[in-house]
Amino acid sequence: MVLTGAEIVVRCLQEEKVEYVFGYPGGSVLFLYDELFKQDKIRHVLVRHEQAAVHAADGYARTTNNVGVAMVTSGPGATNAVTGIATANMDSIPLVVISGQVPTGAIGLDAFQEVDMVGITRPCVKHNFLVKDVRDIAATLKKAFYIARTGRPGPVVVDIPKDVTAQRCEYEYPKSIHMRSYNPVTKGHTGQIRKAVQLLLEAQRPMIYAGGGVVLGNAAEKLTKLARLLGYPCTNTLMGLGGFPASDKQFVGMVGMHGTYEANMGMHYSDVLLAVGARFDDRVVGNTEHFMQESRKIIHVDIDPSSISKRVRVDVPIVGDLGEVLDEMISQLEASKERPNAEGLAAWWRQIDEWRRRDSLGYKNSDEVIKPQYVVQKLWEVTGGDAFVATDVGQHQMWSAQYYRFDKPRRWVTSGGLGTMGFGLPAAMGVQLAHPGSPVACITGEGSIQMCIQELSTCKQYRLPIKILSLNNRYLGMVRQWQELFHGNRYSESYMDSLPDFAKLADAYGHVGLQITKPSDVEGAIREAFKRKNDLVFLDFRVEQTENVYPMIQGGKGLNEMILSAEGL
Amino acid sequence: MRHVLSLLLENEAGALSRVSGLFSARGYNIESLTVAATEDASMSRMTILTTGSDEVIEQITKQLNKLIDVVKVIDVSEAPHIERELMLIKVHAVGKDREEVKRLSDIFRGRIIDVTDSSYVIELTGTQEKLDSFIGAIDAGLILETVRSGVCGLGRGDRVLKI
Ligand SMILES: Cc1ncc(C[n+]2csc(CCOP(=O)(O)OP(=O)(O)O)c2C)c(N)n1
Repeated sequence: MVLTGAEIVVRCLQEEKVEYVFGYPGGSVLFLYDELFKQDKIRHVLVRHEQAAVHAADGYARTTNNVGVAMVTSGPGATNAVTGIATANMDSIPLVVISGQVPTGAIGLDAFQEVDMVGITRPCVKHNFLVKDVRDIAATLKKAFYIARTGRPGPVVVDIPKDVTAQRCEYEYPKSIHMRSYNPVTKGHTGQIRKAVQLLLEAQRPMIYAGGGVVLGNAAEKLTKLARLLGYPCTNTLMGLGGFPASDKQFVGMVGMHGTYEANMGMHYSDVLLAVGARFDDRVVGNTEHFMQESRKIIHVDIDPSSISKRVRVDVPIVGDLGEVLDEMISQLEASKERPNAEGLAAWWRQIDEWRRRDSLGYKNSDEVIKPQYVVQKLWEVTGGDAFVATDVGQHQMWSAQYYRFDKPRRWVTSGGLGTMGFGLPAAMGVQLAHPGSPVACITGEGSIQMCIQELSTCKQYRLPIKILSLNNRYLGMVRQWQELFHGNRYSESYMDSLPDFAKLADAYGHVGLQITKPSDVEGAIREAFKRKNDLVFLDFRVEQTENVYPMIQGGKGLNEMILSAEGL
Repeated sequence: MRHVLSLLLENEAGALSRVSGLFSARGYNIESLTVAATEDASMSRMTILTTGSDEVIEQITKQLNKLIDVVKVIDVSEAPHIERELMLIKVHAVGKDREEVKRLSDIFRGRIIDVTDSSYVIELTGTQEKLDSFIGAIDAGLILETVRSGVCGLGRGDRVLKI
């Protein structure tokens, strides 16, 4: 059948079972919006800024295992989307972002609202396309979805000039796809897996280090099974939270800059380290030279070969789909008569428990002033640990990671790689749309929330009953913390002056806003907020202004050189 | 260490910028880069001369493979191989220099492909080293301009880069 380019785009999205397109219209995408108007299978969500469209698609993708879709116009619409695209790219989130482009004849002539979108996004996408011929639209979109979701997932940009969306051609959606240049490996090398299992069985001080790949690869259950079979301690990265149940006694907490004492010490002094879907990044293993001073064998399982031996040399690299590799490890282990050395393991656990007793996440609560950690703890209690939690970036993000204990994957939505302030609220919108009726919290700071605060309007339009918990310390807290610790208390531009009254602001947008100043009101306020099933509630917690995030490893230091509290400085 | 990487890539708009962008974004060295279509018009072959430790070269290879447009990557220089580079060099040639330049060109098996009253253009093919030593041999004051194609290479014998 002969269709216009715009009709083809919408058909393709329908073929891909896209539920939501998050976007913002403009001149170059008028034909596309016209087609969206004429159908009712795909719902378009009109955000208030294109950055939010991409973050919302991202939040949707992170919590569903579907590809998130965003649509923006050319020029400023496209550049506004870039932060969202880069955010998704750093965290390997599958997105298809469709951007309008000026008509093909105008490309390169500095036309009104022209930017080289393919050029601008090239370093921050998994792949991108400029579609210059209407006959290429269907195959390109098919490829875009395929590339976004397979292998190590990531965002794909499809830039479509306006005239191409108006031209006509015969339409058929390709059934299958073959790309000679792109064939991600899924099955791990059996010999390598055997070596890995052998190493694991011989370990005296084993540690399992699991990252975001476990969540994205839907391998959390298998990881948990393997870990329990072995009885080994397991830590998660910031991106991996929920990949192993936090309430399991084998869980030693998060690893890295603000990880627990037991996780970091365990990583450092392990003799066999099984890294699964993690990448030894600088916020986990700060100083690789220091890390490599202890000798240990490292097994690294990842879908992306370039993640292996990038920062840290590994002994047994295994490239493959985590689920498949873990499955094979489990079956080899079950078939083997050998079992981990019980005595060695018991001694190792005694050591880990000793580290645990340091209670590195302990903090002094107060009756006078609200401690930010306390708010997160109460949120966890009130929601039974079962809410979807999106965050912004800063101290509140780290406290969320430390004190909200996730037992399930795809509940934790945070910008780990890029660290994008402004991510939380729009991401929570995508999450809430994907999971209507489920509790969704956005933990934020008064700095971050103002980077995408306009989305309160979107939340009203689509009746998204997100609970926003702002840990309002009247500082760009994480910046202030570093200035306190490393820049002689010179709080350069980190005080947030002239803040709005957030409760009133929420009210002005048509939501419910509450300001909480007393510790004794924290729990009640959170309960009240979640009771209001249909309302967005903005909880403005006035928290301790100069609380710091501990434990902490300073940049350049080793995993066993943690500062546990202010006294440790 | 010096390495010669050979890539087959889809002959798509922008494929070259993906490769060169990767090198600049990740801080890898490019000493030379050449690219042109192959006998199969849908594919280009690129040769990159780069330097780096074994770890860096391993990362470069992996990162190149990760690019969606890249079909195949090999390190030509890790086994016996042939390298060639083309240079065109324009030299000032008057008086006794005319004879001298001609003689030098003959020694290096160069060909003079353009002649004027005052200059020659010499075409020279060979390894990077050979071209360098030609430049070293000729009086620097005589050189008007040079242009080099960058290194290209392939494996000896049965070693073939093909899909
Ligand atoms: C877009 C963006 N700009 C700047 C930063 C640098 N930065 C990291 S944390 C932070 C402070 C965040 O303040 P707030 O949202 O109030 O959270 P808090 O740390 O106080 O919990 C800043 C400015 C960033 N991560 N993202």
